[in-house]
Amino acid sequence: MTADHHHPADLAPIEARVAAIESVLVEKGIIDTDALDAIVQHFEDNLGPMNGAKVVAKAWTDPAYRERLLTDGTAAIAELGFEGPQGEYMVVVENTQDVHNVVVCTLCSCYPWPTLGLPPKWYKAPAYRSRAVREPRTLLAEMGTVIPADVEIRVWDSSAEARYLVLPMRPDGTEDMSEEQLAGIVTRDSMIGVQRL
Amino acid sequence: MTGAPLDDASLPRDNGELVFDAPWQARALAIAVAVTERLGLPWDAFRLRLMDEIANNPQRPYYESWCAALESMVVDLDLTTPAALDAAAPTARAPL
Repeated sequence: MTADHHHPADLAPIEARVAAIESVLVEKGIIDTDALDAIVQHFEDNLGPMNGAKVVAKAWTDPAYRERLLTDGTAAIAELGFEGPQGEYMVVVENTQDVHNVVVCTLCSCYPWPTLGLPPKWYKAPAYRSRAVREPRTLLAEMGTVIPADVEIRVWDSSAEARYLVLPMRPDGTEDMSEEQLAGIVTRDSMIGVQRL
Repeated sequence: MTGAPLDDASLPRDNGELVFDAPWQARALAIAVAVTERLGLPWDAFRLRLMDEIANNPQRPYYESWCAALESMVVDLDLTTPAALDAAAPTARAPL
């Protein structure tokens, strides 16, 4: 990207380039503007961690569902209606007293869209992508999550072949909560594995 | 790789974080999704390019790498040419 085309009153070069790509593809009939609007709207309205939270809450309250979820994540998640691009090869990894799981995509930004939506900025940042593998315990501590020394940290590198979702441990003191209430306490970050509930 | 610490603004805090800094980023995402779906391509047709763009320029902002990958994909698929994109830019009618 060159700076010499940039004038403050104009579109930034990158904006102009995206507009140009859209414009050319629309004129060629490859895509249409309404379809693009619908995709953006779908991401904003329908995809997000509230979906993953429902999966987690159901797994906490329904042992048979939990089994299915850990055996075939894609199918079990689809039971709740969450499927589509970036959700085809779901692997659910369960946190226990002895193991804490954390998910990264070291090479780009693979992320389970149907259950978590689009990744947060830090997930795509070089710092997270490299340090999650190299020094996960230190990184998690910096992010406010101290994993006890006797708990093993397992790092899962997302790819086209597998998109990971962490099944957090159900917090103590939630025995009386309904499935819906439980879904309300499950955070995005706990399902990436950078937070413990 | 600088190992720059994650700054406070980028730290995960809740579920309500905005995922796009600007509308063009949402547009770029939607175009990549729409083109691969329309042409029946696996997502890897895009993802592998994104990986390369990020690897070749790790410190570049994420959605700039996304756009570079998108452009290389649509050019290699013969859907357009860099010259056509250059010509389209000044009169782009696409809403942003």
